[in-house]
Amino acid sequence: MTESIPASLRTEALEQLLTERGLVDPKVMDGFIANYETKVGPLNGAKVVARAWTDPEYKQRLLADAMPAIKEVAWGGGANGEHIVVVENTPTRHNVVVCTLCSCYPWPVLGLPPNWYKDPAYRARVVREPRKVLAEMGLELADDVEIVVHDSSSEVRWLVLPERPAGTESLSEEELVPLITRDALVGVAKVAAP
Amino acid sequence: MTTVDDLGGAEGFGAVHPPDPAEPVFGEVWEGRAFAVTAFTMGRISGRNLDAFRYALGRLDERDYFDADGYYARWLNAAELMLTDSAVLAPGAVEARARNLRGEHVDEPAAPEPAKPDYAATAAGSLRQVDEAPRFAVGDRVRSRADVDPDRPTKLPRYARGHVGVVEAIQPAHLLPDTHAVFEGENPQHVYTVRFDSRELWGADAETFALTIELFDSYLEPA
Repeated sequence: MTESIPASLRTEALEQLLTERGLVDPKVMDGFIANYETKVGPLNGAKVVARAWTDPEYKQRLLADAMPAIKEVAWGGGANGEHIVVVENTPTRHNVVVCTLCSCYPWPVLGLPPNWYKDPAYRARVVREPRKVLAEMGLELADDVEIVVHDSSSEVRWLVLPERPAGTESLSEEELVPLITRDALVGVAKVAAP
Repeated sequence: MTTVDDLGGAEGFGAVHPPDPAEPVFGEVWEGRAFAVTAFTMGRISGRNLDAFRYALGRLDERDYFDADGYYARWLNAAELMLTDSAVLAPGAVEARARNLRGEHVDEPAAPEPAKPDYAATAAGSLRQVDEAPRFAVGDRVRSRADVDPDRPTKLPRYARGHVGVVEAIQPAHLLPDTHAVFEGENPQHVYTVRFDSRELWGADAETFALTIELFDSYLEPA
């Protein structure tokens, strides 16, 4: 915790000390890191949304009781996903998610949170002036759209079901998946047609 | 108590940063190492007590919370705090090793006798059964507590204190971070999603919107 020592070096020192005590195994750490770099990411959430867009019965189950429905389609496992709730964006209602106290985020469906989500400015401001914050992030919402901000203060995690964009009616579930971005699944962007 | 991590509504942080779709999961290699070493520290030292880790983040001073090296440096600082709390590492051990790694020759403190918290979770994860029925029903008006215990952590952020909202959902009961984070018991409680009107939270001039937040049973009273 000293300013003069960069975090990269402090990390190396801490890893060495814990390895010497037998408390961590660098090889196990390698696998853990690679899992979050390559496997546990927003592709899982995108698959869930694509299924919901193409299967009305599935969408109904997803909104009523998300956990079993998500696990049917895609699940990254691990921490930060004990109870996920899915909320639907519509032409008149826009949901957006934050964690003001830390950076709680549904890891099994979205992976680790991006920098903007962890940014103190986002955490401080989106619960106070969400319309302005969303506009700064590139999402202008009409005045008659109701905004609902979800602050993830407990172990409940939120996933946004974005609106299916017009012009994608002929696309299959598989073709829809790559259109669905992480940022739309948190509620700071919309999904665009290809 | 109110800690450094309670940022909701705070002013002075400037503009938000638009998303970068090409952002890597870890911007630098050390960030991935810091992430993993912290995750394993929580598992081995505190029995995967995530609340204890979150409280360690909140106990950092401003310099260490807003570490110039970024988010994973904050994690590193909290991991080091938990490890020195548990006497797995001596204070100054990480700094001394880091200096030696860059070619200095400094004495490293001897490894102390570990004093890990006397703690074992009663079950995996944070969700628990609570036998009593929930005190509130969907649609009930509730008021959040205006004050929090000055000696304990809390998940009732400053901006949500002393306000009237409506119960929107009853969530699965959880163990209570206020006691769990300090290894004083799980004390599971019912958890409610409470919906507040923006003007209730921020006054008549606020942007029009609704906010939901999960609040523990003991944070609420009927309104």
